[in-house]
Amino acid sequence: MAETVVPIHDHTVEETHLRHHFATPEQQMDAATLGMWTFLITEVLFFGGMFTAYAIYRGIYPAAFASTSEFMNVKIGATNTVVLICSSLTMAMAVRSAQLSNRAGLIKYLIGTMIFGTAFLVIKGFEYHAKWVEHLVPGFNFAFPEHPEFAHNAQILFFLYFCMTGMHALHMIVGLGLLTYLLIQGSRRVFHANYYAPVEMIGLYWHFVDIVWIFLFPLLYLIGHWHL
Amino acid sequence: MATIAHGTPEIAAETVNYLNVEHGWKSWLFTTDHKRIAVLYLISITLMFFVGGLMAVLFRINLLEPEGIFSPETYNRLFSMHGIIMVFFFLVPSIPATLANFLIPIMVGAKDLAFPRVNLLSWYIYVIGALLTMYAVIRGGVDTGWTFYAPYSSTYSNSYVLAAAFGVFTAGFSSILTGLNFIVTVHKMRAPGMSWGRLPLFVWSNYATGLIQVLGTPVLAIVLLLLAFERIAHVGIFDPNIGGDPILFQHLFWFYSHPAVYIMILPGMGVISEIISCFSRKRVFGYSFVAFSSMAIAVLSFVVWGHHMFLTGQSMYTSLAFSFLSMMVAVPSAIKVFNWTATMYKGSVSFDTPMLYAFGFIGLFTIGGLTGLHLATLGTDIALHGTYFIVAHFHYVMVGGMVMAFMGGLHFWWPKITGRMYPEAWSKFAALIVFVGFNLTFFPQFILGYLGMPRRYHAYPPEFQALNVLSSAGASILGVGYLIPMVYMIWSLKNGPKVGPNPWGAAGLEWKIPSPPTTFNFDETPIVTEEAYNYGPLEEVIG
Repeated sequence: MAETVVPIHDHTVEETHLRHHFATPEQQMDAATLGMWTFLITEVLFFGGMFTAYAIYRGIYPAAFASTSEFMNVKIGATNTVVLICSSLTMAMAVRSAQLSNRAGLIKYLIGTMIFGTAFLVIKGFEYHAKWVEHLVPGFNFAFPEHPEFAHNAQILFFLYFCMTGMHALHMIVGLGLLTYLLIQGSRRVFHANYYAPVEMIGLYWHFVDIVWIFLFPLLYLIGHWHL
Repeated sequence: MATIAHGTPEIAAETVNYLNVEHGWKSWLFTTDHKRIAVLYLISITLMFFVGGLMAVLFRINLLEPEGIFSPETYNRLFSMHGIIMVFFFLVPSIPATLANFLIPIMVGAKDLAFPRVNLLSWYIYVIGALLTMYAVIRGGVDTGWTFYAPYSSTYSNSYVLAAAFGVFTAGFSSILTGLNFIVTVHKMRAPGMSWGRLPLFVWSNYATGLIQVLGTPVLAIVLLLLAFERIAHVGIFDPNIGGDPILFQHLFWFYSHPAVYIMILPGMGVISEIISCFSRKRVFGYSFVAFSSMAIAVLSFVVWGHHMFLTGQSMYTSLAFSFLSMMVAVPSAIKVFNWTATMYKGSVSFDTPMLYAFGFIGLFTIGGLTGLHLATLGTDIALHGTYFIVAHFHYVMVGGMVMAFMGGLHFWWPKITGRMYPEAWSKFAALIVFVGFNLTFFPQFILGYLGMPRRYHAYPPEFQALNVLSSAGASILGVGYLIPMVYMIWSLKNGPKVGPNPWGAAGLEWKIPSPPTTFNFDETPIVTEEAYNYGPLEEVIG
């Protein structure tokens, strides 16, 4: 049989996916990076509105807010914090792998990040379920027999709890969708040392979502636990 | 005096440009060309402008009679929807999403915005937001005023607040994406030699606008989301009956919506800089001051929101600080007005239609700006707050300022966008009608407000009728003034004389490429070697 050299369609080597309106790949990468950071600034302000509301109501109703802390499961919250930090580590490793054209590493770390992300959401789901069972979902089945004098205002804390963690979880779900996209593209050998912008951009997004949680965890779970 | 140097018809007869390069609706709805997206936006915001205008016509009819003609509920819904549509669906996207979308890549010497697909996405988001709001209109509208103040929008809501708020929430993301695109484009897409100091002032003002859109709009999004959650779950965030704080709503709302006022004027200021420079044949006087005054306005815009709340239970010292900071905004605004007039001084001034609108802008914006000082002053604001004085003030800025600038810019760049000139006599006539109609509509409202007529009431004491009838009559003239350009501009698409690349003899990269431009704007990346507004020897005469 004659050996014919079939040119392997290997676009991992040179394909930089330069779009028509950019002069150089560096310009494209710079634009993507600045665009992502600008987008993250809008996200900071988006969550900032809720953090402001939280700060103001904690100032107005300190006792009622403190009374809710015994219903916050610090162990679950701490577990989730660790899970998220691990996911950030694997995400950073995934970006590094893409930069080094290490496809196997990229796939491995992306899957790792997705597993940690999913674990976070599953744990969060159990936590939400527990809140439902304990009648702590405002507007739907709220009851606060332990401190009836605070029932009115404690509701606001639980409302903010669901708004903030819910928005955070929504961002995690979007992030998992983006990671799935990266996984598909990564397995098709799209990313390599000369083209890894999507991995890095989605990595930035993922780290941002983690940082939001780093602020949510002490505000919602830890404050008021001094007496334990 | 600059005259229109019409190109011979052959120039643009057979060339391929962004308009004729592809045909069919798919080539428009799936385009990523910033120029086509600008045209899509132009059509959409024009439709919304006329819907919002129709509401204004209806409530001006109501105000012909002291006791009102429609029911109070109808009147409340009319003025609320007028405000919501005009602010969020016309004024905020007006110049950025149309003229700036079209021009910024060309002005910085790029082939497109940094993120063309995001640009298209922003238009789709805008359309979805507009459809949601129109759904609210058709189902019966909203009666909260454009501010969605709690508890009108929560406890006492009896209208389609959720749909309208969700429409505004959605449209906000389109605004964010436009601003983000501009910021990245100006930073990263400038042609070789296009330094920050050579950027046209139109680019500077839209860059400043982009900063406000990116920093302010997310807060509006979250406040509307909290409002929606509150209504769904019935938990007090803003509703005082169940432990909420309505003043928090006002703080969060105005944290966006006062900066948004500058989203609605800064791009207009950029247009005026371009027009005045071109029709005075001179470099803009004090270029760097005008450029940095845009940035100063953007920064100050975030620390003045409290002047909307002098009468809503804010501490006296907070009010003092906000009063002082609000007056500070007058400084960069005045720098711009003085520099525009200094640009015209000893310039070779001509009176083409865009320049007529620019003259209108300077006069009306000055009145609007100076009356703003009345309202930033604590003592006078207590008397004028919530009266027609406020209504007149912000219409002088937004309609007398922004809409004038939008019309001026549209006429200025119309030959670039379409490749054809509009009929000159009609356009001058319309500009005059708009100016007369505008003043007749809104100047009486200053007097009404000073005499104490409160805004947002469907009825008023009979002694105010003469001024109200005057205002309604002016509104009908203003309406005609907007309809005439609508007709002749559509007419000019087929019948206007074709123009060459630079019908005004203007400086700037956009006038060096064909009219209409090709899809990628430049055949090869331009290299910029001169400052903006390089209008020849006259520049030296003034020094």
